[in-house]
Amino acid sequence: MTSSFPGAAPETVDPAATENGSSAADPAASAADPASQGPGTASTDRAPGHAAAPSAARGPAPPSDDDALIRARGLTKRFGDFTAVDGVDFDVATGEAFGFLGPNGAGKTSTMRMIGCVSPVTEGSLRVLGLDPATDGARIRAQLGVVPQQDNLDTELTVLENLLIYARYFEVPRAEANRRAKELLEFVQLADRSDSQVEPLSGGMKRRLTIARALIADPTLVLLDEPTTGLDPQARHLLWERLYQLKRQGSTLVLTTHYMDEAEQLCDRLVVMDNAKIVAEGSPRQLIDEHVSKEVLELRFDDGVDVDAVIGGVDFGQLVERTEQRPDRILLYTADGEAAVERLHAAGVHPESSLIRRATLEDVFLRLTGRTLVD
Amino acid sequence: MAVATGPIDQRGIPTPGGGASAGAGGLIGPGLRILQRHLWVYRRTWRGSIFTSFLNPVLFMIAMGFGVGSLIGPGGGAGVVIPAGLTYLAFIAPGLMAGGAMQTATFESSFPISARIMWWRNYEAMLATPLRTWDLLVGEFGWIGFRLLTTATAFLIVMFIFGIPSGPLAILAIPAAMLTGFAFSPIMISIAARITGDPAATYSMIFRFVIMPLFLFSGTFFPIERLPEVLQVVAWVTPLYNGVALTRDLVLGLADPLISLAHLAILLVYASIGLYLARRNLYRRMVV
Repeated sequence: MTSSFPGAAPETVDPAATENGSSAADPAASAADPASQGPGTASTDRAPGHAAAPSAARGPAPPSDDDALIRARGLTKRFGDFTAVDGVDFDVATGEAFGFLGPNGAGKTSTMRMIGCVSPVTEGSLRVLGLDPATDGARIRAQLGVVPQQDNLDTELTVLENLLIYARYFEVPRAEANRRAKELLEFVQLADRSDSQVEPLSGGMKRRLTIARALIADPTLVLLDEPTTGLDPQARHLLWERLYQLKRQGSTLVLTTHYMDEAEQLCDRLVVMDNAKIVAEGSPRQLIDEHVSKEVLELRFDDGVDVDAVIGGVDFGQLVERTEQRPDRILLYTADGEAAVERLHAAGVHPESSLIRRATLEDVFLRLTGRTLVD
Repeated sequence: MAVATGPIDQRGIPTPGGGASAGAGGLIGPGLRILQRHLWVYRRTWRGSIFTSFLNPVLFMIAMGFGVGSLIGPGGGAGVVIPAGLTYLAFIAPGLMAGGAMQTATFESSFPISARIMWWRNYEAMLATPLRTWDLLVGEFGWIGFRLLTTATAFLIVMFIFGIPSGPLAILAIPAAMLTGFAFSPIMISIAARITGDPAATYSMIFRFVIMPLFLFSGTFFPIERLPEVLQVVAWVTPLYNGVALTRDLVLGLADPLISLAHLAILLVYASIGLYLARRNLYRRMVV
């Protein structure tokens, strides 16, 4: 499983491009196929109830009233004078992977905690699985699988016991719990560590165990709060691969992240949060198309060069839609990066380095908020 | 124990017939899962706990009872008022049984609770399941009750070996000692639920300036009649004095029904107030 995650190259991940395709035809989903040859195969038939994800037209359109697993209207969370979440509206449909993208402190975790029924709503309305968290918290939580931002595994129990005791909390019958625990340890590739204590596990292993724990009661909805924060790239890719598997099985995933690549990899649809508010919503592709150009030309100049003057002196015509000055570089948003470079050279401008890349959610975020996601 | 009267799930309390009882539901059932978790851990750690909660008090009893007791003599010499015909060992043994229960219950309600709230975050993990804050408390009290039951039983057996108890009613000293522990445990949990900084400082203050003085001056080692009168009045309303007196009367066959009921009532008041505060504070801490 050390081979790079097939969907890692941004070009291959474009869930929105298959707007009318079945989920199996989704390049992202087929990209995860090789993984199913591994130990995870055993669990592909694990969640029959979830396999019936809507296969047609599960596009970025917000869900209708009927199939919304989560529905928030004017959802607000205040702590004293501080407003953590400020009147947000969103819907999450059955079977989709929905993301909250935003920097630390944007209100993502507060929103997740309200969905998870461990934080009372201050204002507005929230329905989860058609129920009200204020009165049906325990009933909702019985159908949730939660992966918290900070590991809270039971360090006094072994890996296997962590799953078994969690199954007891959910009142999963004993035989069923044993079977699922075994399957899930295979699924997250920890079967050989089942009698190990939790503490010696690596960060990636702990996260995978936390995910297995969240799945022990076969949840309708899986909440993941910054699932890969703090992991090394290899551990992240392994984790993404497992989450893809879940998605393929039809699980509904709701995740928060401040990594734009994670959002692009995993989310069918996402909202961008900043300062307690939702500033944009759509599929990753939609957001990029709506808010930034197709390509980005990144230029670096030697110290002392008056970048404004140099760039201002180049005639790009209609080629460059917008420029963005960053401390160490200048970004030119353009439909055609090659052509823009030619114009630069024609004008006799030779930057120290130039790079053409596809626009990402990072650019969307920069455009919408004037700031970068990860500082 | 006090009855949960709050009507809604948000308070961490089951609603009769309401949605909050999904899963297993009920007042006690779900919390037993947490007791089960504690017992799983105990399978690995029980050896160490035998020393702190049982062997230590027994050694203390032997040292004080025989060592110091030999200086005092039966009935109490030098003006010490010990009920006629009693050895000093017989006097302090039930006192240590109740005092040990206080210490076990207080300790189990301090650092381990802080660990589950803020260090290991077990409660956060538990509350992401159908379990409610009320269930956390049921689990903790079940666990502390188990610890109190086992240590008090072992202590009573040792007393029987020394021929201290006067009759079969002495068996009631076990619930009496447990109730003594429960007069402290919920209050301590209610404090643990409020600590946001370093709990060690708070706990060391409590152990030094509350628990230790209570242990020394609640009639455990000498009758409170030896205290100045003002302090005697104070002692009457402290939980440990009532726990010690109730336990001792039951072990030694001195129990007067009315007086024992008064001790019982005072212990129940502490337990009930503590339960109310623990439930409120833990909810406020965990559900924000």
